[in-house]
Amino acid sequence: MPAIEILDLEKNYLVGFWHKRPKPALRPLRLTIEEGEVFGFLGPNGAGKTTTLKLLMGLVFPTAGSARILGYAMDDPRVKSQIGFLPEQPYFYDHLNARELLNYYAQLSGVPAKGRSARVEQMLGRVGLADSANLQLRKFSKGMLQRVGLAQAILHDPKLVFLDEPMSGLDPMGRREVRDLIQQLRSEGKTVFFSTHILSDAEALCNRVGVIHQGELRGVGAVADLTAQAKGKVEIIFYAQKVPAGLAEFGTEAKVSGDIVNAVLPEERQDAALEVLRREHIKLISLNPVRASLEEYYIQKLRPTENRMGAGV
Amino acid sequence: MNSRVAYIAFNTFREAVRDRVLYNLIAFALLLSGASILVGEISIDIERLVVVNLGLTAVSLFGVVIAIFIGIGLVSKEIDKKTLYTVLSRPVRRWEFIVGKFFGLTGTLVVNTFFMALGVLLALLYVAHKFETMDAWVLVALYFIVLQFLIVCALSLFFSTFSTPLMSAIFTFALFVIGSLSDDLRGFARITHGVGGWLATAIAYLVPNFSALNVISQVAHGDAIAGRLVLYNTAYALLYSAMAISGAVLIFQRRNLK
Repeated sequence: MPAIEILDLEKNYLVGFWHKRPKPALRPLRLTIEEGEVFGFLGPNGAGKTTTLKLLMGLVFPTAGSARILGYAMDDPRVKSQIGFLPEQPYFYDHLNARELLNYYAQLSGVPAKGRSARVEQMLGRVGLADSANLQLRKFSKGMLQRVGLAQAILHDPKLVFLDEPMSGLDPMGRREVRDLIQQLRSEGKTVFFSTHILSDAEALCNRVGVIHQGELRGVGAVADLTAQAKGKVEIIFYAQKVPAGLAEFGTEAKVSGDIVNAVLPEERQDAALEVLRREHIKLISLNPVRASLEEYYIQKLRPTENRMGAGV
Repeated sequence: MNSRVAYIAFNTFREAVRDRVLYNLIAFALLLSGASILVGEISIDIERLVVVNLGLTAVSLFGVVIAIFIGIGLVSKEIDKKTLYTVLSRPVRRWEFIVGKFFGLTGTLVVNTFFMALGVLLALLYVAHKFETMDAWVLVALYFIVLQFLIVCALSLFFSTFSTPLMSAIFTFALFVIGSLSDDLRGFARITHGVGGWLATAIAYLVPNFSALNVISQVAHGDAIAGRLVLYNTAYALLYSAMAISGAVLIFQRRNLK
């Protein structure tokens, strides 16, 4: 059973003075996320990522289409006890402290009274807020609020976690911690659906990614497949202070940094290039096929439709 | 009350009692009750009347200000600050959120009224030196004031579900003022004919009848309050609040939280 099955979900907002003109925020979206998957929803700001998450959370209502979450219709109340949600740039009741807030959310999530406090303490420890548990949230930094946000999203041990830009506004250490947490969730067998525009995070964490732009899903693919695509080029790194004359003839793009040369050339010229290096008695450091990066895939998907025709996945 | 409604109500109550502005308003109300002693002392033979009149009016006015001040932000603030997102993404139904908010605000006002009423009763004891049987009617007047708060809370919450805090405050306060003059409005409707009369009658019955809930002048004069009025006013306030809350739920159920 898929964890999330989105069936032509669509959202138009009515804009203009009379609220008559429809402005599409999400064009019909069809997407399936399997259980245990970490799925990255990529796209620039305003692409429709948050709208999709809000639709799935029941915070806004679809213009058309539907979705099934963990086998239930998305508006089925039973769904809510099995999912966790971290909104973008979360803000919480600032009259409460972290412990009170988590306790309140645990109550609303139906965590049994027996063991509730222990669960709250465990979560505070897990996100590194045990020492700040009694501090009012109005005194929290952005990073600390993000941690509270993560704690509240996984407090009730949900099967499926939705995270909207979980790394946004965090310092490198904070980002690392969130990445570790998502990896832990993956190892626990949870399904994670997170939106981001930080591609390195998606590349490090996701099984699959989807690229959305202007409310339209532009492509979906497994990260391993996308980054394994050979581009018909090889990268040769060797010790030299300039590019050998013979190598320049092969259409080589080379970069010299001190005593090291980094040269990229067509794959079919690989043997000839190695022969040149041997002849010149140049010491080879490495030779690797050039692979596509997630960034290239992302940029390719963001190009206008007419430029992407025949571009693949 | 279902447990989620109770948790939301308690959180709303806790939020209100941790707001310093609330204490300033209560302090003002108590100050006014205290001031009524001074005014009472320069009013020969009518000290009691002055204390009851001024004291209860202070309780009523400050309570309404508190109800509007807190009520107007109950939903809109949660949407603006996005605190609502993490609540509604849990097994909480939208109606539970609205009803919980209403009970939380009502609870806050009942507790506030208790402390403000204590101030009035102490002022009364100070000028009269003892309580008399007719002072029991002061408690009935206080009960009616709480019923007024119930309606004001429901109305401010209703407006809060679809308009900005400023507009909600204006709408609620306007209805409070018109409702306080509803007796005059009904009188005007009786002597007006045609479309104007029909319109005046409709408005008179649509706006909350705060006139019927205001017995301050009567109890200040020591007049008794009929048991039937207590019954009618209770039923009326509960029914009117229930209708306003139902309206709030209906609007909020359909609202996109952008």
